[in-house]
Amino acid sequence: MSQTVDVGTPPAPAQDERVAQRSTLGRLLARPEVGALAGAIVIFLIFFIVAPPFRELSSLSTVLYVSSTYGIPAVAVALLMIGGEFDLSAGVAVTASALVASMISYQFSANMFVGVLVALVVALAIGFINGFLVVKTGIPSFLVTLGTFFMIRGLNLAITKIVTGNVGTNDVSDIAGFGLAKNIFASSFNVGGVQIRITLLWWILFVIVATWVLLRTHIGNWIFAVGGSAASSRAVGVPVNKVKIGLFMTVGFMCWFTGMHILFAFNTVQSGIGLGNEFIYIVAAVVGGCLLTGGYGSVIGAAIGAFIFGMTNQGIVYAGWNPDWFYFFLGALLLGAILLNNFIRSRAEASR
Amino acid sequence: MTTTADTKTETPLVRLTDAGKNYGNIIALQGVTLDVGASEVTCVLGDNGAGKSTLIKIIAGLHQHTHGTYEVEGEDVKFGSPREALDRGIATVYQDLAVVPLMPVWRNFFLGNEVRKGPAMDIAAMRKMAKQELLDMGIDLRDVEQPIGTLSGGERQCVAIARAVHFGARVLILDEPTAALGVKQSGVVLRYIIQAKERGLGVIFITHNPHHAYPVGDNFLILKRGRSLGYWQKDEITMGELTGLMAGGSELEELTHELEQAGTESSGLREVAHVFEQEVAELHVGELGAGAQQAPPSGNTGTRPPDPTQP
Repeated sequence: MSQTVDVGTPPAPAQDERVAQRSTLGRLLARPEVGALAGAIVIFLIFFIVAPPFRELSSLSTVLYVSSTYGIPAVAVALLMIGGEFDLSAGVAVTASALVASMISYQFSANMFVGVLVALVVALAIGFINGFLVVKTGIPSFLVTLGTFFMIRGLNLAITKIVTGNVGTNDVSDIAGFGLAKNIFASSFNVGGVQIRITLLWWILFVIVATWVLLRTHIGNWIFAVGGSAASSRAVGVPVNKVKIGLFMTVGFMCWFTGMHILFAFNTVQSGIGLGNEFIYIVAAVVGGCLLTGGYGSVIGAAIGAFIFGMTNQGIVYAGWNPDWFYFFLGALLLGAILLNNFIRSRAEASR
Repeated sequence: MTTTADTKTETPLVRLTDAGKNYGNIIALQGVTLDVGASEVTCVLGDNGAGKSTLIKIIAGLHQHTHGTYEVEGEDVKFGSPREALDRGIATVYQDLAVVPLMPVWRNFFLGNEVRKGPAMDIAAMRKMAKQELLDMGIDLRDVEQPIGTLSGGERQCVAIARAVHFGARVLILDEPTAALGVKQSGVVLRYIIQAKERGLGVIFITHNPHHAYPVGDNFLILKRGRSLGYWQKDEITMGELTGLMAGGSELEELTHELEQAGTESSGLREVAHVFEQEVAELHVGELGAGAQQAPPSGNTGTRPPDPTQP
């Protein structure tokens, strides 16, 4: 890495006193997702070399599918982190959405989309409550969402048990509207013999929309601002509380979407799943260059982070390694990514 | 200060009459009266804890006063949020929260007032306007895309002031804009205060440095422990008196003696002692009422009077 970085540094002393141009490379290195991109290429090459099955297109399709199921919530988690907050309840909120949709439609013998819409309301409400508590109490979002995380986890288990008498929900595949819902959230199709899951397309769409909002609209400007300095933003009239609540609700929306995918991909939902996934969303965002302290980051970076996660997750299997090692690699990856990001950022700042 | 006399007859942009603020049973501010007209600089002086920040927060809409009245252009107001104050043309530039450091200069400049083109922002136009507006105020940036945190403290304050002026502020509240700055940078900021005044703005300049306040100010309000010590127009008070009221003359004298003794050991300290000696001398002259004419360091730069390069 070091030699590529060096190229950006030396400006000719004969230049204008204040060095008008930075090299293209310097500009590129100043982008938050560069570290993640470099990491993704390295990891891709490693698995490409050590794991022959990894080289097949169908493997790439599986990797991309796994990446998308984590990448979709990571889009919103990255936005939230840029806005200076955390959400530890995202993992179980996914499960909660799936459970609500499934149980509402099944118990009331209603159309599938009734359940889907009720689940959306519930997911947005979870986001709203998280956001409202954070902005009104001033308690760090880490603690607030840690609290709601445990509460939702408990509700998932308890209510499912009360309603179905079981740890999972009933099969919803016979309910009216299931087919359409499956087409939207969990279908797949073939392109040149390679299976493409629809979540991949949704993921790409969400990344594009979120990136556009973040970089091209005033809302994006406000997201960076409330994460960078909430007090300064408030002083110039940015509605800080609304922005933060909106971000938490965006996380709720993405959790709902992922929950719907899980429901329509598997027809039933186990009430205990989703634990720990919130950390993977956060890891994806951090690996992708989002600053834990807010005000800096990129949705594309978070997408690359999710892709790194997907590659490692599947690559270990393809390479025939013991999957027990996966979390060790994940942790090492996280540390490595943070160090790399810090290094690149400081070099980029220095070469200004 | 004839302008002051003129504006007195008109409705001032901002007027506080006997305003105060209690936090529960704690009196943070009491009996403050002040006027700010167009093209006027009103300086609010006071030591730490004198109630300066409470005063700005009331004017800026972050807090509400509990006593007295607050009028904007003759109309009684009680702002619920800074946005409401902004909508009435009252903009505040805070010492430490003027900008969001990680964001590019242009994004900071337009934060909260983004130029929109359809659903998106008109980024090209904003970049151009930010660069031009800053150039007009004499700040020549090589790149408005650089994070504003990479600018110097003085430049950051200037960007924040330029921003407030650009977005049609009529009253500018500056919260200790020179507190963390070096002599030269303070001079730059003081020049902006004059520029803003010349553009017809009313300026409320909060500081604890009389040497910064006197050259640019038209009116002076001194706060001490939450109370107003008095409100003067420039022709009613001298630099020396101002310093005296701020610091308490005897305390300053004591400090001078201390420094003088220490100063025999190092030339650096001797210079500092020299500065204080002069201040005390001015103070005495002021107290005697004689040397009111003694030129205050109205040097447009606002540097401390005894320049070490000219002993």
